[in-house]
Amino acid sequence: MTRLVRNGELVEDRFVDVSGEDTWPEQGAIIVSLEQWQTHRDALLARGAPLGLRLRSDQMPDAIRGEVGHFDVIALEFPKFRDGRAYSYARLLRERYGYAGELRAVGEVLLEQLHFMLRCGFDAFEIRDPDPLGAYRAAEADFTVWYQPTGDGRPTAMQLRRERRQQG
Amino acid sequence: MYRYDEFDRRLVAERIAQFRRQVARRLAGELSEDQFKPLRLKNGVYLQLHAYMLRVNVPYGTLSSRQLRKLAHVARTYDRGYGHFTTRQNIQFNWIRLEQVPDILEELASVEITTIQSSGNCVRNITSDQYAGVARDELADPRVYCELLRQYSVLHPEFSYLPRKFKIAVTGSPNDRAAVAVHDIGLRMHRNAAGETGFEVLVGGGLGRTPYLAHTIREWLAPEDLLAYVESILRVYNLYGRRDNIHKARIKIIVNQLGIDRYRELVEEDFAESRGLPRPELPKDEVDRIAEYFAPPPYEPLDDIDAELEKLASAEPRFAAWWKHNVAPHKQPGYAIVNVPLKAPGAVPGDITAERMDALAGLADDYSFGELRVNHRQNLVLPHVRQSDLHVVWSALDALGLATPNLNLLSDLISCPGLDYCALANARSIPVARDIGRRFVDVDRLAAIGPLTVNVSGCMNACGHHHVGNIGILGVDKRGKEFFQLTLGGSSGRDASLGDRLGPALAQQDVPDAIEAIVDRYLELREEGEAFLDTYRRVGIEPFKEAVYGRVEEKAIA
Amino acid sequence: MKRMIIANRLADGFVVFLNSDDGWSRSIRDGRILENDAEADAALAVAKRDEAENIVVEPTLIEVAVDEAGQPRPVEIREAIRAFGPTVSTSATPGAADVSVR
Repeated sequence: MTRLVRNGELVEDRFVDVSGEDTWPEQGAIIVSLEQWQTHRDALLARGAPLGLRLRSDQMPDAIRGEVGHFDVIALEFPKFRDGRAYSYARLLRERYGYAGELRAVGEVLLEQLHFMLRCGFDAFEIRDPDPLGAYRAAEADFTVWYQPTGDGRPTAMQLRRERRQQG
Repeated sequence: MYRYDEFDRRLVAERIAQFRRQVARRLAGELSEDQFKPLRLKNGVYLQLHAYMLRVNVPYGTLSSRQLRKLAHVARTYDRGYGHFTTRQNIQFNWIRLEQVPDILEELASVEITTIQSSGNCVRNITSDQYAGVARDELADPRVYCELLRQYSVLHPEFSYLPRKFKIAVTGSPNDRAAVAVHDIGLRMHRNAAGETGFEVLVGGGLGRTPYLAHTIREWLAPEDLLAYVESILRVYNLYGRRDNIHKARIKIIVNQLGIDRYRELVEEDFAESRGLPRPELPKDEVDRIAEYFAPPPYEPLDDIDAELEKLASAEPRFAAWWKHNVAPHKQPGYAIVNVPLKAPGAVPGDITAERMDALAGLADDYSFGELRVNHRQNLVLPHVRQSDLHVVWSALDALGLATPNLNLLSDLISCPGLDYCALANARSIPVARDIGRRFVDVDRLAAIGPLTVNVSGCMNACGHHHVGNIGILGVDKRGKEFFQLTLGGSSGRDASLGDRLGPALAQQDVPDAIEAIVDRYLELREEGEAFLDTYRRVGIEPFKEAVYGRVEEKAIA
Repeated sequence: MKRMIIANRLADGFVVFLNSDDGWSRSIRDGRILENDAEADAALAVAKRDEAENIVVEPTLIEVAVDEAGQPRPVEIREAIRAFGPTVSTSATPGAADVSVR
């Protein structure tokens, strides 16, 4: 069973994923596919309920570039854990398109990848571990040194070295 | 050379701890082999024909004597007493046990050596010119930027699951000894019209099943933009690179599919958009800080002593041959670059015993400021030898069997491990390489033939770089037997070219004869001062085709 | 056609052969020769179970021939190399003298 960990907490998923369905409920939070969004945009917005979007790994997020504000959840798929496109999608969404809602990693998500996903801007994960929160916390602590800057604001080794030099 | 600070050490320690947990989870069955495989590859652990193989990075080919001793220790303690230097400035151990790997990684980390990203679909070991910092023809030491690229690429959160492996090479000299034209990203340092030093950036080169020479994506890039621009190239590759077919997943495929102009457009767009956003800027003071680590060693103020060396040489022909072929000019007067080919007649190219590694480490301490290099032809280098020490160094190397005077000559072959070791291979490359090496032993004959690169690969993955050998040899499997396809005219330097297929594949026992036939024909046809490659480019393939298939009893394979 | 099961052991990576006790031996001499499809299928099932139990990796059926002395030998060169080791050795380099090590 997969459990949802969001912002470091075990939560119930209040969204229903209808991205593979032909119809969806009139009320309640739902997650739709890009095709459903593009075809039924007005109707989906008119529901007045929280809306999520699920992108496949071959769907680039610039398709929704100006519209990210409509979504409370964007779920990015990892069909195989080797498919690393969504790491870039996540950074683009967070750092360039200004997406501020929940960014969820779904599909084949291995614990060893959580740390990188966090750094790229994901904040929610479907985790298939018997102890999802424990697994999440362990993964978050995998590394305490980062060479590369991302939008997560963690200081890089280069930055810390410079600060030290300036102080010292 | 670069020395780790507490940040580097901590990151490596965390990575090893993480891998230790991953190994434990695999052994306990919490990870399947399919899930574990990319994780172990990212730590350089392959499962090969006989056992696990561990690939260890030698970052941009620079090695300290302390590190070499540790490699010898690993070979002795965890392996069968030898290591194998590859064509990408790495060393491989072929008989490793998975359960011991975390301990081995800790041992290596204690001397600042890692296996991080030596395999896997991520950025691999950044390679460079083995003469970096000491070559006379160098504009600037490329290793400064190699170290910056190394740190930039290690455990990159966005690019750890690329479509396929990614290889970057940097040269600081117009004489490109790093083969940048056949890398995914090649960086050539040069000056622009305003006299500023920067990078020509090339993308999309590579060997393997579909070899390509790289295209220029940027004529000149300012150093402070290097990391951010590389990030944009990687991002476009991560987004657009093919993931449907493992044989079509390298960046060279997508660059040639989209065309370099379109690829450039995408990269420049990303590069422009990322300005002001979190991206890896490279301030000059950071470059200067890293450059300090690559400051020259405390050379003594000496003069060149050519006359003395000539005198020694005329008295000792064996020393003369070695001095002439294996010693390269050094930028510092009174010093020399000593090449140590691991190519004695009949030797396995690139293999070296633990005893010899230790002995070489001792020589490095005594005669080369404790430093060595690894080149791209599976040879080692002592980069800072005083000319006045050349004779004693030669004697010591000679006693070790490491003074074969054949650098860049025919018997200085490169060979992948091939079917003797590698699960991907079609044929055994090492016996072919050894047979050729045994056939061409006479030093005078080798010198008369002149520079000629022979590169042997055991399969189309081309780890032996056969496409860019003056003579390339590719092992193929025909009806369950090992046959070898020859190519001619490849070159990996500034004027890079891919070899042309000579004709039907040959049986293993016919390959040395074929090489002799090619060499004989070359000697017949060459004009004054022409190296093999020059003659080939002038006369074309027909004379050689005729020589080989006329001489060798044809075992025609369609 | 005579066959045998070959695999790599997970923990140490070494090549092993399924033996008569449903265990794994380093030496091909101890490998169980499978004379027909029924035996091969049964052996493969055992091997796959051990793969699922994280004892071995990638068990496969290979064809072997048995010489007059009863020594089994894989028919394919790749598997022969796995069984008997590389056909090249690095211990000796011609001309090397004794080395005194620091």
